[in-house]
Amino acid sequence: MNITLRVWRQKGPGDEGRMVNYELSDVSPDMSFLEMLDVLNEKLTLQDEDPIAFDHDCREGICGACGVVIDGEAHGPEVTTTCQLHMRSFEDGDTITVEPWRAKAFPVVKDLVVDRGAFDRIIQAGGYISAPTGTAPDAHATPVPKADADRAFDAATCIGCGACVAACPNASGMLFTAAKVTHLGMLPQGQPERATRVVKMVNQHDEEDFGGCTNIGECAAVCPKGIPLDTISQLNRDLLGSLSKGVG
Amino acid sequence: MANSTLTKKRSTAYGSTVALKAAMAVTGVILVLYLIAHMYGNLKVFLGQEAFDGYAEELRDLGYPLLPHEGFLWIARVVLLSAVLIHIYCAVVLTRRDNRARGGASRYQVTKRVQRTYASYTMRWGGLLIALFVIFHILHLTVNVIAPGGASDSPYVRLVNGFQPEYWYVTLFYVAAVIAVGFHLRHGIWSGAATLGFNRADRQGKINAVALAVALVVTVGFLLPPLAVTFGLVSNV
Amino acid sequence: MSDNDLYIEGAPIRDEKAPEGPINERWDKRRFSAKLVNPANRRKLSVIVVGTGLAGASAAATLGEAGYNVTSFCYQDSPRRAHSIAAQGGINAAKNYRNDGDSIHRLFYDTVKGGDFRSRESNVYRLAQTSVEIIDQCVAQGVPFAREYGGLLDNRSFGGVQVSRTFYARGQTGQQLLIGAYQALERQVAAGSVTMNTRHEMLEVIVVDGKARGIIARDMVTGEIETHFADAVVLATGGYGNVFFLSTNAMGCNVTAAWRAHRKGALFANPCYTQIHPTCIPVSGEYQSKLTLMSESLRNDGRIWVPKKTGDDRDPRQIPEEERDYYLERIYPSFGNLVPRDIASRAAKNVCDEGRGVGPGGLGVYLDFADAITRMGRAAVEAKYGNLFDMYQRITGENPYEVPMRIYPAVHYTMGGLWVDYDLQSTIPGLFVTGEANFSDHGANRLGASALMQGLADGYFVLPNTINDYLAAGPFESIDESHPDAVAAKEQVTSRIEKLLSVNGSRTVDSFHKELGHIMWDYCGMERNEEGLTKAIERIRELRAEFWRDVKVLGTNDELNQALEKAGRVADFLELGELMCVDALHRRESCGGHFRSESQTEDGEALRHDDEFAYVAAWEFGGENEKPVLHKEALEYEYVEMKQRSYK
Repeated sequence: MNITLRVWRQKGPGDEGRMVNYELSDVSPDMSFLEMLDVLNEKLTLQDEDPIAFDHDCREGICGACGVVIDGEAHGPEVTTTCQLHMRSFEDGDTITVEPWRAKAFPVVKDLVVDRGAFDRIIQAGGYISAPTGTAPDAHATPVPKADADRAFDAATCIGCGACVAACPNASGMLFTAAKVTHLGMLPQGQPERATRVVKMVNQHDEEDFGGCTNIGECAAVCPKGIPLDTISQLNRDLLGSLSKGVG
Repeated sequence: MANSTLTKKRSTAYGSTVALKAAMAVTGVILVLYLIAHMYGNLKVFLGQEAFDGYAEELRDLGYPLLPHEGFLWIARVVLLSAVLIHIYCAVVLTRRDNRARGGASRYQVTKRVQRTYASYTMRWGGLLIALFVIFHILHLTVNVIAPGGASDSPYVRLVNGFQPEYWYVTLFYVAAVIAVGFHLRHGIWSGAATLGFNRADRQGKINAVALAVALVVTVGFLLPPLAVTFGLVSNV
Repeated sequence: MSDNDLYIEGAPIRDEKAPEGPINERWDKRRFSAKLVNPANRRKLSVIVVGTGLAGASAAATLGEAGYNVTSFCYQDSPRRAHSIAAQGGINAAKNYRNDGDSIHRLFYDTVKGGDFRSRESNVYRLAQTSVEIIDQCVAQGVPFAREYGGLLDNRSFGGVQVSRTFYARGQTGQQLLIGAYQALERQVAAGSVTMNTRHEMLEVIVVDGKARGIIARDMVTGEIETHFADAVVLATGGYGNVFFLSTNAMGCNVTAAWRAHRKGALFANPCYTQIHPTCIPVSGEYQSKLTLMSESLRNDGRIWVPKKTGDDRDPRQIPEEERDYYLERIYPSFGNLVPRDIASRAAKNVCDEGRGVGPGGLGVYLDFADAITRMGRAAVEAKYGNLFDMYQRITGENPYEVPMRIYPAVHYTMGGLWVDYDLQSTIPGLFVTGEANFSDHGANRLGASALMQGLADGYFVLPNTINDYLAAGPFESIDESHPDAVAAKEQVTSRIEKLLSVNGSRTVDSFHKELGHIMWDYCGMERNEEGLTKAIERIRELRAEFWRDVKVLGTNDELNQALEKAGRVADFLELGELMCVDALHRRESCGGHFRSESQTEDGEALRHDDEFAYVAAWEFGGENEKPVLHKEALEYEYVEMKQRSYK
């Protein structure tokens, strides 16, 4: 396959970026999208051109490090992570536009690399159960109904890649926040902190300059892990419950 | 970047995006209920001038003698006006936050919508159109300051005068606004329900179906009277 | 080349910290004999933790909870991305919830035996004891383990053991455990007891008066070379499987932190023990950047075969039954397709070496579900393996319901690592090593679902109890950036970076890494022999020299420079690779993941030589281009009788 790439290049956080075109030939349909970028980078290096910076690590779709907007879609045309996208999803002769996640809360560091530290700070604000090491009762002390455990698990599979923010027209981080609120809120261990957790996490979400949710559903549609949209409704219910109890 | 430690600012969840959205949802519910009642009243136009004007007059004495003449109407007006103002205020605040969050107008070189409905796309501009229309609408049919086809004390006559074929632009504006209302309800009812915490995976389809049904009924219900006038099905006796 | 040209034998060493006495009392004894630190004093003591995988995040969180001042580092943009996240199968614990005869002693026994009698009894017993507490801790944190309809935890049997002791969270157990540890860590960050430094790479350890007192780290965004001090340093920096270039490790996994510590005096133990996982998706081309593992559970129902004829490139569905060789079922009639990892891997290599491999490059064997689909029905196969089949199809573009899957072994885990004593302290006082980065618990082969167990045991329970004994002597003398040892360490780092940037040769970093990987895979992979290893050592030396002569790293240090990051890591792999080959060459026996073709039974099975090699090979850095020094730690077995494995 021969393809043309239009890639966002930006030297550093303070620099103005621009789109740059690259031609790449002999692309195998079995290459992953990131392997295609590897090949391009090898070529650029040998031509004394700065290789394209992009985040990636596990390359098996679980660490959440990778993620770019490909032809206007977060993680590209398949519902999976960028590292699990393969070139067979494209046609010979395609022009592919590659851009970083864009949101005020995710400033560009370089090229396609953005800073997602805001997600860590949302977790710091309350995305945990306070269970210091050594204090735990026996694991069987509290049975958890299977349906609750399964829903907690579904929400807990979030990989924190940020595609939800990138795809949301409001650059909202609600799906990420709601996934954690739902994961911990479904479990008996999560109940004591449930009312305060949602308040602290939503406040942090807003302070990080994420936008609000308008229930459009782009986030869940691009989520590589299929985090359900209704987790946001569960977060809303929890937050309104807290506010009505005066926990605000 | 390097150090991801939490910065502690004082903020309260009462002003959070979620709380503002909830305020929009609650005020939205009030406005939807009002729209349905309003639509019901409008349809009385098909029962003739007496029924229509009589209904309008009876509203003034609703709750009488417990409430004074026009008491209910003023209470409703205050509630509605507050709801509208809160709804718009929250919308403006949230829109500004969203614009800031997006980080600039030209966000991506290429944008592809995967999921969103056309209705959701119309919420903000459609909302603005509706707001402008409501002002016009009050000046036209309530206060009658604007009176295409001639002013009248009879609401029925005002309606019939205003939508005569020669004032096609009034009808057109009305139709456009009602369609905008329809789209607004289609997404707004779904979104409001989700914001108030009613969405669950197994209910998502039902909520959307209800939103679509209400939107269609309200749209058609509001479109019938003026179009009936324009096309001569309803006229001054 | 004889051994004496390659290394010098030094004095034996021994683990001074492991208590004597009945094995089930040793950990209690050690916790009692270890000195304590008064809670008020902990605030005055600081600990650096490098790495935020299971072993690092759990240690940082727990030390933070205890009141120490912790500074944590990871090279990723978030601590949640460490490669523990990719572990699929599960975590073992001797809970005996199934009432199927499991016990701490049985888990201990299975682990020692599985490690082919090359691990320490004391350590393994403690691991088995601690396993029970790990599950409790994780459940309390909200880890959503699989549950049964009664609401209690589900278990499965894993990796050929006869009891069901593996706790799991669908195929994402590593992810869920790591997120639990990550959340505990972030809670401490919010509490102010842990300072988190993301996108930081440790490039040197600072040793002052023989004690580890800090690290030099590079801020990967600005390029700033930072000096960080503490009273103790914990390395939880994972394994070194990426020395093979292609492995199931994440792209960023590297040996740099451990290797830099090794060069500063920490002994590196058993570097040649690597685990090769039999069921990975084969390489599809030269551009391949990593290998993806598929759960071993596939071998429960899939049948492994290759064509009987060499070079048979027919569509597998066209090859009639009598022209297929179900080689595992043929060679190992009683275990068949379920033989342990190392045996399955080596058998696949052998048939491919005979020219009977399938797929591109002939490096693959079929894993066929046609019989299973006929027997169980497609729906049942889909219910059991659907997500794995989907993953396979996404990567290869082939539909495994119709065409047999192709699999090939890949490097998966490294049992070797920095030598530590019972307290997890390396030979540099104050430098502790946890998780895959140390060598301690798995011997020559790790059992399935035991990596997560060890990482969390070290981080939550072992280190936080043993590090006190060292820290009780602190706080140590205050030092600042002007201290000569700190200045020297920083100077080493900056001059190395300058050197990498100034070579400006003609080959990319990846091209060197790939070449090193090929050498390691060909000569120090699933099967090793004297001739190959000797050749590999020569070739690695040549490649290393060429690297420093001809590598091309563009850009500057003062920016996000991913090529520069990789260059530093590959430079260290080029040194480690040689030591792995030396270790593999000196160990003239086969054990666990280390198979020497010269040492096999008549049936081609691994043959140990316990009389000569029942020891830990701990290597001391001998100096630049000098021979390493071998220190032997003798292994003694009081509770488990040494036996030869048989799976016939």
